[in-house]
Amino acid sequence: MNRREALATTARLLGGTIVGSNVFLNGCKSTPEKIASFSEHDIAFLDAVGEVIIPTTPRSPGAKAARIGEFMNVMVTDCYDEHEQKIFFDGITTLKALAQQKHDTDFVSLSGDDQRALLNAVNKEAKAYANTKLHNDPEHYFTLIKQLTTLGYFTSEPGATTARTYVAVPGRFEGCIPFSDGKAWAT
Amino acid sequence: MQVDSVNINASGVAGNTYDAIVIGSGISGGWAAKELCESGLKTLVVERGRNVEHLKDYPTATKDPWQFEHRGQMTRAFLKENPLISKAAGFGDDTAHFFVKDKDHPYVQEKPFDWIRGYQVGGKSLTWGRATQRWSNFEFTAPAKYGYGIDWPIRYDDVAPWYSHVEKFIGICGNKDGIEAMPDGEFLPPFDFNCVEAHLQKKFKEHYADRHLVHARWAHLTQPAEVHLQQGRGKCQARNLCMRGCPYGGYFSSVSSTLPWAAKTGNLTVRPFSVVHSIMYDEQKGKATGVRIIDTNTQAVTEYFARVIFVNASALNSTLLLLNSVSKRFPNGLGNDSGVLGKYVAFHLYRGSVSASVEGFEDRYYYGRNPTEPILANYRNLHKQDTDYVGGFTTFLGAYRTRGADDAAETELGTAYKNALSKPGGWRTYMYMQGETIPKESNHVRLSTTGKDQWGIPQLITSVGYDDNDEKMIKDFLHESSQMLEKAGCLDISTQDNKQAPGLDIHEMGGCRMGRDPKTSMLNGWNQMHHCKNVFVTDGACMTSTGNQSPSILYMALTARAVDHAVKEMKRQNL
Repeated sequence: MNRREALATTARLLGGTIVGSNVFLNGCKSTPEKIASFSEHDIAFLDAVGEVIIPTTPRSPGAKAARIGEFMNVMVTDCYDEHEQKIFFDGITTLKALAQQKHDTDFVSLSGDDQRALLNAVNKEAKAYANTKLHNDPEHYFTLIKQLTTLGYFTSEPGATTARTYVAVPGRFEGCIPFSDGKAWAT
Repeated sequence: MQVDSVNINASGVAGNTYDAIVIGSGISGGWAAKELCESGLKTLVVERGRNVEHLKDYPTATKDPWQFEHRGQMTRAFLKENPLISKAAGFGDDTAHFFVKDKDHPYVQEKPFDWIRGYQVGGKSLTWGRATQRWSNFEFTAPAKYGYGIDWPIRYDDVAPWYSHVEKFIGICGNKDGIEAMPDGEFLPPFDFNCVEAHLQKKFKEHYADRHLVHARWAHLTQPAEVHLQQGRGKCQARNLCMRGCPYGGYFSSVSSTLPWAAKTGNLTVRPFSVVHSIMYDEQKGKATGVRIIDTNTQAVTEYFARVIFVNASALNSTLLLLNSVSKRFPNGLGNDSGVLGKYVAFHLYRGSVSASVEGFEDRYYYGRNPTEPILANYRNLHKQDTDYVGGFTTFLGAYRTRGADDAAETELGTAYKNALSKPGGWRTYMYMQGETIPKESNHVRLSTTGKDQWGIPQLITSVGYDDNDEKMIKDFLHESSQMLEKAGCLDISTQDNKQAPGLDIHEMGGCRMGRDPKTSMLNGWNQMHHCKNVFVTDGACMTSTGNQSPSILYMALTARAVDHAVKEMKRQNL
């Protein structure tokens, strides 16, 4: 599969363009800089948000075990352009404020049910926005968080080896076999 | 840099003299080295880049996805500095060390041209696509027959035994399909089709008598033979991480195969960090005497001497160094009485692709990662011109299951979302073209009179663009391919013309073409310079036309054939 097809496939899966993919395919035209830094508190917050998006289930750990907050830190800091960074940082502020507004406490202190309800509402809002936004309009901040969580989790060791099936050295190729165990290949 | 005053090193002329010099260590240079060394000739290979040793210098070969900090993506800072090389097929965090950095090797794009380079021992053979179909006689004869180029001085029969020679040594998987437009070779067992690819083959056959979707012909060891084991190479493990360098030697590269084989003869010397400034010409003797190199670390200039010189620096760099090899006899570049040097540069047309979804087969999957792709042999302009353009195209095709159920984006966050993404989704298929382009005098490269590289060598100016024939071929490819997928029952068919610049195909060819007539070509039918008989050019620069097959294995076959000729001529004292 060539790289464009691979990106298009992942984009379809995530329901939108991959943020950063334009830069990846076309090169940077601006002079992007790092605009802010993540605090330890931000990383713990993103771990909690990531764990709601992809939680621990009986047979596999969730996004927190994949150190998703740290992964988002690295990707936003090193790969996002300043535009995307701003959306992301503003998004953290917005999400934190939403929890305070609705429940008068931090997101991380909320019950699992309240966290899920809050993020599912934001997820719905982000999808509605994606359906109406024009091509050049900025992405919704939650689209970015969800994409990075998904990408980071399924390429992490726990995600690739437990939620999907990872075989580093297949040894052979068999073209057509029955599909049985319900899981996709990780790579 | 002044190269007039030359330092011949402490060893003097005798110490710097070999039987043969090969410029470049990539896919054709490696073959020149192997064949020359096996013939008993003391051979010097000069390579402008660093040394790369099999296994030792594959730093990413066995890494898991999570061991890459950015999971394969390049950083913003890297992309900002390297917008050009980052576009190359297969370029990523795991392979970046086998590609040049933009700022190190400037050139001038008179028209947009993405010149993709890999400067190291092994060259681009480490990162090549590995497709290895043979040319057919249709391709050798079409330019003259349909009036879009000079005649090739050779035919399929001239290269067929040399294809066999190369195929047996490097290991090619494939199936003997008996297709006129894509002759069979010496094949190891092919990679399986997956169920959808097998389905598409059947469907195409139902609707088109002349369109054959066949198993990949690819440089992979599916069942190593004795000669491959002797090279220290083993079976392809279906990891599909080839471009990192293969720890199993599963695919062919100069580094895993030809260069160590040449070294075993005791006749090989490889000198990395040596960019060739020019080939030296002796007016009295009427032949080339050696090469003048610049050490890329110390800037020291050294001359090496030999009876015969093979130029394998990659199409445009070979052309560049020949243009820069000026003498009283050849003021316009070595052997360039015709003025053809640098002209008739062509490439492969890769702009068109089609993709679609395929219903069903949800109870089927595959095991392992296929590093190859099925091939749909060219079906255009074979026995007669049946389109409004000339040339043909090969189509590569693949099918795969997406990761994540198709409705994953619709689920609620949490367990449902995670479970949906853990499953495979539906099947998709894609086709992309590899089309012939017409060699034209106006599509050329030349030396800058002002810009120099960091070693004082003139920069290359590229002036290569698309033409109307290309646009017509893309249109036809997109139309026909969509129709084929439609007839095969595929859904959501979409076509794409990515409008990429020439060069990104990494199949640039020509600049020092072969031909029968010294007035219109640089090389004869043995890849030998018409006007400087002890110089052979056997990389992409030699191509008279581009055909539509993947060219690398033809360069290897032409190289082995040219060495055989050179050695015979040396024995006859003609060289």
